Amino acid sequence: MDGVHDMGGMDGFGKVEAEPNEPVFHAPWEGRVLAMQRALGYAGAWPIDASRFAQERLPPRVYLAASYYQRWALAMERNLIERGYAEADEISSGRALRSGKPLARKLSPEVVTQGMTRGSFYRQAQAPARFKPGDRVRTKNIHPPTHTRLPRYARGRLGVIELVHGCHAFPDTMAIDKGDNPQWLYTVMFEGKELWGPDADPTVRISIDAFEPYLDPA
Amino acid sequence: MAQHEHDEHGSELSEMQLRVRALETVLTEKGYIDPAALDLIIDAYETKIGPHTGARVVAKAWHDPAFKRALLDDGSKAVRALGHESRVGEHLVALENTPARHNMVVCTLCSCYPWDVLGLPPVWYKSAPYRSRAVKDPRGVLADFGVALPVSTEIRVWDSTAETRFLVLPMRPSGTEDWSEERLAQLVTRDAMIGTGLPKRPQEVG
Repeated sequence: MDGVHDMGGMDGFGKVEAEPNEPVFHAPWEGRVLAMQRALGYAGAWPIDASRFAQERLPPRVYLAASYYQRWALAMERNLIERGYAEADEISSGRALRSGKPLARKLSPEVVTQGMTRGSFYRQAQAPARFKPGDRVRTKNIHPPTHTRLPRYARGRLGVIELVHGCHAFPDTMAIDKGDNPQWLYTVMFEGKELWGPDADPTVRISIDAFEPYLDPA
Repeated sequence: MAQHEHDEHGSELSEMQLRVRALETVLTEKGYIDPAALDLIIDAYETKIGPHTGARVVAKAWHDPAFKRALLDDGSKAVRALGHESRVGEHLVALENTPARHNMVVCTLCSCYPWDVLGLPPVWYKSAPYRSRAVKDPRGVLADFGVALPVSTEIRVWDSTAETRFLVLPMRPSGTEDWSEERLAQLVTRDAMIGTGLPKRPQEVG
């Protein structure tokens, strides 16, 4: 979806300001949110793409005003309700009023190390890769109302395949519960001028990681 | 720990604290989560997982040409073979800086970051200014960090739009030829491995 989360190339946000000696968490609740997210991910409650999509669907003013972990918490509440894991009255009252929905597994202290290891997104290829390094491609000009990982600034642009990362689960379908739909994943490199016009810095090149359905031969 | 100091300020933070506590209670009562497991996750990110892991990887690559080749060939496999505390997942790609090319990593769509080797991302990495400008004005962003690179150096920005994670392998500072791996690791900053900074100079660590 064409939301405010898709920030690449926007102006007006100002300078990047690093915080000296930044703590890992700025408040205890941030760590609780992160850990709950990991635990629910381990339990198989929903895929990471659905977490991202829920954040993208926050009203723009909420998205922009919220901190990173606030967005996570809001997206988590949304997914819990939409997927029937909890109801709004339970979340607002802070009490479980009904029994839980079964989950595949539960993250216990004994399996925390496994639960924190990042899973693999590789999937069995359904067809040979269409592109190889060096191939010229044009990204599609698509504007799906649902989740996509093709940023706006790189749509309809001419690029070159630089790396082939194997066949991966496809976020665009994972986010809306339409399955893994395995797709080849490539690093596609663009010249700065192709993305930002003739005044762009000629020494800059930008790449995205693009799934095969985002690409046409060029 | 420092984060507790921030917690008492402002009704917004207190409100979040209450809201998140309510959420945790509901999820616990419903049997979805175990708070003791959450404690361990938080402890791991506060005390075990951080940029020191990435720094050791970079230092080893500087010190051991065979490891450097393995790292550039398959980042996940090479890092996994080191057997660090944080078990690295799949899809890690190491990007080598050279005099001709400087790599910089961003995630414009959310805030994807190589947690396994760098820990949790700093706030600036997740902020709108960085996510919006890194792909369009990377030299301007570098200037915000006090980094000026020669105009002859190509700036290569990697937008992490999938589950691939990128780790920048900075250039080894000169004057460190006889340094041990452990000593070299002290030169490697988090920002150098994101591409918004450079390694420390030898005289900075002694």
